[in-house]
Amino acid sequence: MAQLTGAYPVAGLRARPGLRERIDLPKRVVFAAAASMIFIVALLLAFIAWQGIQLFVKDGVPVGQIFSATWQPDSTSPNVTFGLLPFMAATVLVTAGALLISTPLSVGLALFLSEVAPQWARAIVQPALEIFVGIPSVVWGWLGITVLVPFLGQTFHDDIVLSLPVVGTVLTIPGFLTGFSWLAGSLVLSIMIVPTITSVSFDAFRAVPQELRTGSLALGTTRWQTIRHVLLPSALSGVLTAVVLGMTRAAGEALAVQMVIGNSPTMPAAITQPVTTLTSQITLDMGNTVFGEPWQDALWTMSLVLLIISITSVVLVRLINRRRMGA
Amino acid sequence: MLNGTRRFGALAIAAAMVAAACSSAAATPTPTTAPPVTPAPATPTAAMSASTPAPATPAAAPTVNCVTGTITTSGSTALQPLIQDAATAYMGHCPGATITVNGGGSGTGLSQVAQGAVQIGASDVLAGTKLATPDANKLVDHVVCRQGWIVVTNLDVTGVTNLTTQQNIDIWTGKDTNWSQVGGPNLPIILVFRPASSGTRATFKKIVLGGATEATGGQTLQQDSNGAVTTAVTQTHGAVSVIGFSYYNDPANKPLLNGLQLDGVNATIANVGNGTYKLAADGNLYTNGAATGLTAAFLQFMVGPEVQGTIVPKDSYGPISQ
Repeated sequence: MAQLTGAYPVAGLRARPGLRERIDLPKRVVFAAAASMIFIVALLLAFIAWQGIQLFVKDGVPVGQIFSATWQPDSTSPNVTFGLLPFMAATVLVTAGALLISTPLSVGLALFLSEVAPQWARAIVQPALEIFVGIPSVVWGWLGITVLVPFLGQTFHDDIVLSLPVVGTVLTIPGFLTGFSWLAGSLVLSIMIVPTITSVSFDAFRAVPQELRTGSLALGTTRWQTIRHVLLPSALSGVLTAVVLGMTRAAGEALAVQMVIGNSPTMPAAITQPVTTLTSQITLDMGNTVFGEPWQDALWTMSLVLLIISITSVVLVRLINRRRMGA
Repeated sequence: MLNGTRRFGALAIAAAMVAAACSSAAATPTPTTAPPVTPAPATPTAAMSASTPAPATPAAAPTVNCVTGTITTSGSTALQPLIQDAATAYMGHCPGATITVNGGGSGTGLSQVAQGAVQIGASDVLAGTKLATPDANKLVDHVVCRQGWIVVTNLDVTGVTNLTTQQNIDIWTGKDTNWSQVGGPNLPIILVFRPASSGTRATFKKIVLGGATEATGGQTLQQDSNGAVTTAVTQTHGAVSVIGFSYYNDPANKPLLNGLQLDGVNATIANVGNGTYKLAADGNLYTNGAATGLTAAFLQFMVGPEVQGTIVPKDSYGPISQ
């Protein structure tokens, strides 16, 4: 390419210099790409919002009803109720469980890669993480249903009782009736979001100026003190962004979760019991309902709730980053 | 430093690639569309094309009404194996016909046929129970088979070979929660449901439970397909569910499941046919208005002797009552 540029007869083109200014093709192409992207997102938002409010507008369901704990969508049942609370609660709880397991693991891994790992270790761990990202969710779900679910069901069959010497029994968690459970969903998700949280936090740690590390070490701190008091505070907003991105990924995952959580449409009672998330209820009922019936409208409302969750997290990430810019 | 000529060069290459892509795309259909014209005789309707296609089964060929064209079906996954096998057989007889068989669920089939997206929508339940009345009235029902469902349990539920209707009601509404209450081992009952919107569940609820509200809670699971249900039942101690005959009779599933009688009647196609086994329903194929062309010919083929006599029993369905 360099040869070409050097030897190129540019004189002929210079003869009409106005052309390039008038039709700046590359600029137009990238502008069109950006515009169509915004257009698609806007259409998507408008469509889901429109479909999502049909339950209230067309079917006359009061908005407050979606916060009921009763999911009774069958038109033949005596009191039809579109309570989405069990699904919203399960989505929040399963996601929270996944983050609780995944965050320490991923941030630790990112710190290892960024601060501790020798070159050869990084050369192994980073490609391994990339392979992780490429594993389809159905494979995680399949592993979950064939390995994790039977393991949980058979190993923790009895009630788990936490008790203190003086106080007595503090907490009783019922044992697994089956392995299908909130915990199984959280475990599968926690593995799936490790690469997201790790890679974004890794970038955050790498972005901390080298001077801060050397300065801190020059004051005589240990490596752990540097990490704890210099690196983590400086990279905190980046790590939070990573966690929020992981959260969005977890809340939106459908297939793998649906395969292991048991899909019982009731309020989550214990971590050992089956629950249903928004995404899994949508995939369960999608094919069996018909377009325009209140039942399917309720599924669109669930999509709208998911969209609101995802938009909220994007706004959250923006706010976190703005704070970082301001600081 | 943008070099104008180089940019034009790149554009020229891009244009050439587009042109190549277009020409190759345009070239492909030509040879594929050509051959079907030759074997299919010029009479598109009601042609008894006995001699032309079907070198394999000359005996059955004379009864097949061959119409060329392309149609798509979607809907019930319980009916999908039958429609798929029938479509393959029809296309074997009539090379000019293309029938694409999709699943998606009964609701999808009804929605899409009402919208005109597919020519045939398959459903386990009647259109009137799902669609709004104006849409349902447009659709024409074609019953192509009887389908039966069987109550199955995990193999560790020993000693239980039969459940009465009343026992089923007690189990599925959550009144009985242990297998010992119906003569089985001391083992909690785990109910594995299809989603409430599924045709299988609606049929079971109507015929066996008499419309009673099913249990919810920690001892209930939901799985969204016959396959997922089978996996859950085989892996979960004390699990019980309801699956289609075609899935139960699959050699890969049958040894892993304990199939139960209903009110003392064996779950067999013969008993579905003579009406003694009650957990059965018609398999409905819907068209939007009266069927025409290839759709009509295919529906006629589905109730004809080849499908009803050979394919229906092979796939564990019951023939339609004559």
